[in-house]
Formats: sequence, C-alpha cells, structure tokens
Amino acid sequence: MHGPLTILPLRVSGLGFVKGDKSLLDGVSFDLRHGERSVILGPNGAGKSLTLRLCHGLLKPNSGRIDWNGQAAAEGRRSHAMVFQRPVLLRRSAAANLTHALSLLDLPRRERKERARAALERFGLTELADRPARVLSGGEQQRLALARAWALRPQVLFLDEPTAALDPAATKAIEDAIQTFHREGVKIVMTTHDLGQAKRIADEVLFLHQGRLLEQTPAEEFFKAPRSPEAAAFLTGDLLW
Amino acid sequence: MTKLKHLMLAAAASLAATTGAASADDTYITVASTTSTEQSGLFDHILPAFEEETGIEVRVIAQGTGQALETGRRGDADVVFVHARPAEEEFVAEGYGVERHGVMYNDFIIVGPGSDPAGIAGTQEADEAFAAIAEAEAPFASRGDDSGTNQAELALWDSAGIAPSGGWYRELGSGMGPTLNTAAQMDAYTLADRGTWISFQNRGNLEILVEGDERLFNPYGVILVNPKRYPHVKTEKGQAFIDWLVSGEGQDAIASYKLDGEQLFFPSASDGES
Amino acid sequence: MDGGAFTTAFHLIVSLDPTLGGIVALSLRVTLTAVLVSCLIGLPVGAALAMGRFPGRSFVVVFFNALMGLPPVVAGLVVYLMLSRSGPLGDLGLLFTPTAMIVAQTALILPIVVSLTRQVVEDLWKEYEEQLRSLGATSMRAIPTLLWDGRFSLLTAVLAGFGRASAEVGAVLIVGGNIAGHTRTMTTAIALETARGDLALALGLGIILLAITLVLNAGAFFTGRLAQRASG
Repeated sequence: MHGPLTILPLRVSGLGFVKGDKSLLDGVSFDLRHGERSVILGPNGAGKSLTLRLCHGLLKPNSGRIDWNGQAAAEGRRSHAMVFQRPVLLRRSAAANLTHALSLLDLPRRERKERARAALERFGLTELADRPARVLSGGEQQRLALARAWALRPQVLFLDEPTAALDPAATKAIEDAIQTFHREGVKIVMTTHDLGQAKRIADEVLFLHQGRLLEQTPAEEFFKAPRSPEAAAFLTGDLLW
Repeated sequence: MTKLKHLMLAAAASLAATTGAASADDTYITVASTTSTEQSGLFDHILPAFEEETGIEVRVIAQGTGQALETGRRGDADVVFVHARPAEEEFVAEGYGVERHGVMYNDFIIVGPGSDPAGIAGTQEADEAFAAIAEAEAPFASRGDDSGTNQAELALWDSAGIAPSGGWYRELGSGMGPTLNTAAQMDAYTLADRGTWISFQNRGNLEILVEGDERLFNPYGVILVNPKRYPHVKTEKGQAFIDWLVSGEGQDAIASYKLDGEQLFFPSASDGES
Repeated sequence: MDGGAFTTAFHLIVSLDPTLGGIVALSLRVTLTAVLVSCLIGLPVGAALAMGRFPGRSFVVVFFNALMGLPPVVAGLVVYLMLSRSGPLGDLGLLFTPTAMIVAQTALILPIVVSLTRQVVEDLWKEYEEQLRSLGATSMRAIPTLLWDGRFSLLTAVLAGFGRASAEVGAVLIVGGNIAGHTRTMTTAIALETARGDLALALGLGIILLAITLVLNAGAFFTGRLAQRASG
C-alpha cells in the first residue's frame, strides 16, 4: 500500500489549540509508529476529534509541531486519509464519488476508473457502483467512505468515531474494513466511544482527558491496569462522557 | 468540462449572430416616431411600398413626441417623424435636425363620456369646451407625457386662459392608447388624435364630442437628424425616406390608408407651408 | 372579452401566424441568451463570492442581493444611456438591437444568478468543506464540485432568472424600441396591443407567453427531477 518512502513516524510535540478563550488542547505530545493500530480514548470534550483533525491538517494548531518522519506537516497530506463520523458523500453515484476523489490527485482518467473499480470490489460495493451515493444506507455510505479512502492508497488512515451512528451489523462490516486496511499495512489511528470496539481493534491506546494526553499505553496493559486514575475511572464507567 | 466548453461556444455564436444582424447589414434606417402614428397602423400600410422600392428597411421606434425628439437629440435615430411643430422647429434650430418637412396632418378630437357632464357636445370652439370642462370640474385625463398631443392639449388650456389643476385633472404620463383606456374607465374627457381613436377598440362610453375646430389641426413633420452632429447618421437612406414621404407616391400612400372606411391622415407636403 | 382572448390566442397558435412566430422566437432568443450569459458569468462569480474572503465581501454580497430587486426600467435606462450614440459605448451602434435587449436582460438576471449561486455554494461548502479539504481540494478546486452538486438548486436560480427576464417589459422596451419585426418581444407586443385597446389580442399574447413559460418550467422541473432521482 505505501510507497518506498514512509511518512511515519508521526511526531506530535507540545500541541495546543485554543478556541476563543478556551484551551481545548494543551501540550499534547506523542509518537505514532508504523504497524500498530492506535486508538484514542477519552470522555466527551477530551479533544479526540480535534487531535485527529490537527494531525490530518484540517486545522492549524496554536502551538506545537506536527512532523511526519521529520518533515513539517503540510508535506505528507496526500499520504494520509480520513473517515468522518458522518460520511460526506457527493450527490452523484457511488463510483463517481471515488473517481471524483481520485481526480483531485490528478491521476489519469483511466487509472481513476481502475482504482475506483478495485476499491468498490474490495469493500463489496460493486453492485452499488451506479447507485446514487446519497440513497445508500448509513452502513453502505460509511463503507463507501472507507472505499474512497482506500482508493487514495494512504499510509495512514484517521477514523473519527466511524461507527458511532451505525447499528451492530454495519459496525461489524466497518470493523472488518478497518482490519483490511491494517492487514495491508496502513497505519490506523481512530477515536471511538465504544470500549468493546477499542479492545477489538487497539494495539495501543492514547487516553485524552480535558485536552491533555494522560497516557499512551499498549492496549492489553491499558485495559488491565491503566496508569492514570482518570483512565481507571473511565474504564469502570465512573468517568462519564 | 467539455459541457462548459460547448455552452461557451454556443453563447459566443449566439451573441455573434445577434450583433452581426445589428452591425453588418446596413440596409436599414431607424425612425423615431410617435405612438399615434405607429398605433394607428399607418406605418404598416405605407412602409412595405417604400421598402420594396428602395430595399431600405425602416425600423420605427414609437415614442411620445418629446421622447422621439430626445432620441434624435442623442443621435439614436436617423430620422424623426413627429407632430409638435414648435418643438420640431426648436430641434432644427438647435442644430440637431437638418430641415423640417411637412408631411401630413390629422386632427385632434375631444372625446368624453356620452353623458357629457360638462355639456360640451357640439361646441365649435375647442378652448370653450375646455373651459366648460374646467368649470364643471369634470374628470379630464391628460397624457402628461410631453407628447405632441400633450403639447397641443396644453396649448388649448393656455388659450382658454386656464392653468388646469385639482382632483379632476389627471396627468397619466401614458401614451394615447393607455390614456384612452383610462379615460374609458374613469368616464373622463380627453384630447385624442383621430387616428388612434379610430383604431382604438376599447372605447367604453367614450364618444367624440368636439371636432372640426382648426386649432385641433395636427401637423406631422419629418426631420433628418443632422449628420454634422452625428456622423453615423445614414444621411442618404434617411433622406431617401423623407423624399419618398413627400413625393407623390408617398403622399398617395398616406391618403390611401383607411381604417373602418375613414381616412386618417391627410397629405400636406404640397401645401408647402405645413 | 375573456372568451375572445382565448379564441384569439388559439387562432394565433393554430394559424402559425408568422409574425407571432417571429415575436416568440425573438423573445426566446433574447431571454435564453441572456440566461446563458448570466450563467457563464454568474455561476463562477457567485461561487467565488461564496468561497472567497476579502475586505468588502459583505458589501458585495449585499450589493448583489439588492440588485435582485433592481427595477427593470432602471436597468433599461442605464443600458440605454451606455449604448446610446451619446453614451460611452455609442460607437458600437447597439441601441435598438436584440443585442441591447440581451445586455439589459443580463443586467437583470445576473444578480439573481450570482446571489443564489453564492447561497447554494456557501451552504454546500459548509457541508462538504472538511471532506473536500481532506481529499486535498483547495477552495478554488472545490468550486466545480460544489456547482455540480448544487445543480438542482442552481436550476431553480436559473429558472428564476428566466422568469424575471421573460416577464419584464420595461427594460427591453427602452433599449429595444419595440421595433416591429426586429425588437418586438412578447411583452412589448402585449404592451402595444394594450395601448391600442385591443385587449383580446393582448391577453391572447399573454396566454401564449404564459404557456411557453409553463412548458419551459415544466420541462426543467421534470428533467431536474429525473436527473435527481438518478443521482440522489
């Protein structure tokens, strides 16, 4: 999936984000390495989505740095993709949604078609190729969003609560799709509300609380014995979101 | 994006076609004339003969006399063909027109409701009739648009020694037809040119009440816009039109126009005077 | 009289009256060209206005919104003064031509297309911004996508423009001069026949104009709905 030059590791240092006079993120630092599935956990308002958006380059931090393999942020843009909680699909067919995204990479027309076809097939959407994307079910739409991200051949995939609005069956399909990315060597960085999902997917957990990173811990250890009291409270359900 | 390209080509072609029609073929002249001439149907009757004979298309813009002269003043017409003698002479004197030629006349009539509340029916003198209307404060619809008819109306008020004002005197700012429409609705008196009246179909209760006074005489003049002032004026073709109008042929064409069996315009070029 | 109007309209249509045909063709040519020109200018300008951030932007937005209410007579007068031989563009000799009428109607339609395009694109951008930027689209690059995805709303804007242009009489009367066979449109013909007191003919023409407008709108509406159904 990824080219010869890897953009990882992602090094985030001293990240801060202020909105109005409210500090939403403060002094967040972490490294993300190739191969591990990183899941960002934390109660509502902890800054999970914000962190993803900053890493993806949709927002500019007020302080701190984001370096991709030592390069400043903007460079690696095309090598990472993002899937949002609510998929934003264009008012055109499923296939056209993919070719549109690929046209933004300035790929030749033939390659767009070929990659779109492959992506639809990969995620079991071939039969829906000509259907208007907007009339697909929620789960199909999210799968299409994943197919679109896959077609871009990213090295890193950010997912912001990708199953929050879906039923269990659709959630299962999305989790399978995420594992597909992982098997193909794409670095997974996702946020979730769902502890079960975090256990199923995470290799490591980053725990955010009130705009600060309290710990970055291997998943097994995190769920057994979190280092911070807030994380412990979160796991027992005492820290509500 | 090919769709967009097609659209743009279509737009360019369409614009070119319309402008091409305007500038390339130069076989027409523009005549600023009055609503009364146009609406009476006179042009429809006489122009085909001229166009066939000379191959010159005459494009008539029908406006009030005031506006028609203004169109000439701005250089937007080659010929003006109007009826307001003093204003026409001023137009020539100011250097906007070359020379005024009398072409024809028709006459004005005073129309009003059959009930005739001011009792003017059969009056011989137009200004006396106007004085009676003012006396009775009967509704009067004035064109109020600085047209030839409007100017003739104001001259009549002047000779009656009255400055019309008050609720009964309604200035409409409209052409002859709309004024007649309104007068018919309001049961008002108005001054109309006979040509428009005869061809007008929505008369309601209106009838001719006063006619035949020579002050109701309505002469039409034609003037070539001065090419010294506006070099683009089509002098030759414009002059050809004027020459034809005052020629025997043109005068016959004018005299032969009848509506409901009535002759509307009377040739006057040979009178020399008007 | 009303029966007369319908009979007159019917007669005009079934007899394929050539004068009427010319008037209808000219009306459609002028208005459709004006709509086309307005779209070619108004869609990109409206989109740029939606996406761009520059000093005085609010003023420009308000300006175009206000121009939607520009009285046709004023638009006509301004175009008249520009194109008159005594005006700045007098040398083109365009006054009293169909081109002048196209220019005047474009001046009427353009603000509608610009304002409604800006609104549609702005709303869509709110919805699409994160996703499109995530895919690597710059604001400028997003414009064609937004215009295409807003096509059904934009079609309404275009129809509104068409309606305004085809219905107005003031502007085309002033700049076209209502010359028989040359610049006489449906609306100026109606005004003329009303002035002549031939109300049945005037109303007959009005019925034909309404019918044409209805057919065009229905065509656009159903095409739009079919396309919408096909594309979500």
